[in-house]
Amino acid sequence: MSTVKRIFHQFGSPPWLFRFAGFAIPWLWAACLGLGAWGLWWGLVKAPPDYLQGESVRIMYLHVPSAWMSMGIYAGMAVFGFCALVWRVRAAEVIALASAPVGAAFTLLALVTGSLWGRPTWGTYWVWDARLTSELVLLFLYLGVMGLAAAFDEPRKGARAACLLALVGLVNLPLIHYSVEWWNTLHQPASVGVEGSSIHPSMLWPLLLMALATKFYYLANLLTRTRLQLVVENRKSRWVRDWVLETR
Amino acid sequence: MHPLRKRRLIGLLVILVGVGAAAAITVWSLRQNMLFFIMPGDTAIQEMPAGRSFRLGGLVTPGSVTRAADGLAVRFTVTDGEGSIDVTFDGILPDLFREGQGVIVRGALDESQVFQATEVLAKHDENYMPPEVAEALAEKGHPLPTPPETAGEGPR
Repeated sequence: MSTVKRIFHQFGSPPWLFRFAGFAIPWLWAACLGLGAWGLWWGLVKAPPDYLQGESVRIMYLHVPSAWMSMGIYAGMAVFGFCALVWRVRAAEVIALASAPVGAAFTLLALVTGSLWGRPTWGTYWVWDARLTSELVLLFLYLGVMGLAAAFDEPRKGARAACLLALVGLVNLPLIHYSVEWWNTLHQPASVGVEGSSIHPSMLWPLLLMALATKFYYLANLLTRTRLQLVVENRKSRWVRDWVLETR
Repeated sequence: MHPLRKRRLIGLLVILVGVGAAAAITVWSLRQNMLFFIMPGDTAIQEMPAGRSFRLGGLVTPGSVTRAADGLAVRFTVTDGEGSIDVTFDGILPDLFREGQGVIVRGALDESQVFQATEVLAKHDENYMPPEVAEALAEKGHPLPTPPETAGEGPR
């Protein structure tokens, strides 16, 4: 059995995934809190103000990582949804559905922080330009996935319907990303790309730290939700009973 | 691969390609309507009838801003390098509004081809830097929006 196949089967096995999550979660929280505290201090205290925006530039340290996560989590949810639909692995369904609330929270955070930044910078809280509108559609997609999963009496049917919606909603990701290049928008084009960044290094480092911290937050939150769901679903199985007896 | 899984895989890929193509065609046909603003050099401006509301975007021409002696009325030109349009506005400008800055104004052209704005939004670009770096760049002759006259006044 190849390594890839073995990893695939391990993640598909609820007891293995449960034990793995239990081991990883404290480390992920520690990394998230450490990097987050460092990034916030650097961004909110040490980093300089911007030459045009003044102090309101500091909203970027929360807004940009949240916006990146809102799209990254969606892509991850769709990948797990795809595996869930093709191979019908319950663990993949659980991970895909556990991603949705975290992604929705990051999307909401990106929209709210962006709105608070827009008022002093642009002069308005909200406009219906292509970037802002497509990001709002992303929030509705997350809410749709969560709602659809909960709308069925049979959890696995709900999960399958939700995974399919997650996959179809993938078309929104390139729209969000390229909206600022394809159309005239009020939102500025991307500052950080593969070729470099137009953000001064004194502001870029705290931004990257925060981007890393939010990734650990996502993984920690995702595995916590996954672990809870696995226990609830397998409460009658032997490995859960053993675990309860072990930890009592 | 198990034939049933293979069928599901192919079915899903067909759905994804179909939805992607449908989205691409929709976006392509809506591309004019998705524009948040039009620029002074666009041919669409010449065809715009007086009184029709639209959004105009471009840079505030340096040296073009004149303020009324009393009140909030302000007059400036918006340019994109190919054309420029006179704009009048009577209201509160965003803090970022200054000469050389990107702006988006909403309103309509009047009979004398002057744009009567009802709303002015400042557009921020993708460049972020501390004030000292901006000063150093300006000394080297890089075109940047004029830094605020009230720099160092505290949070805006």
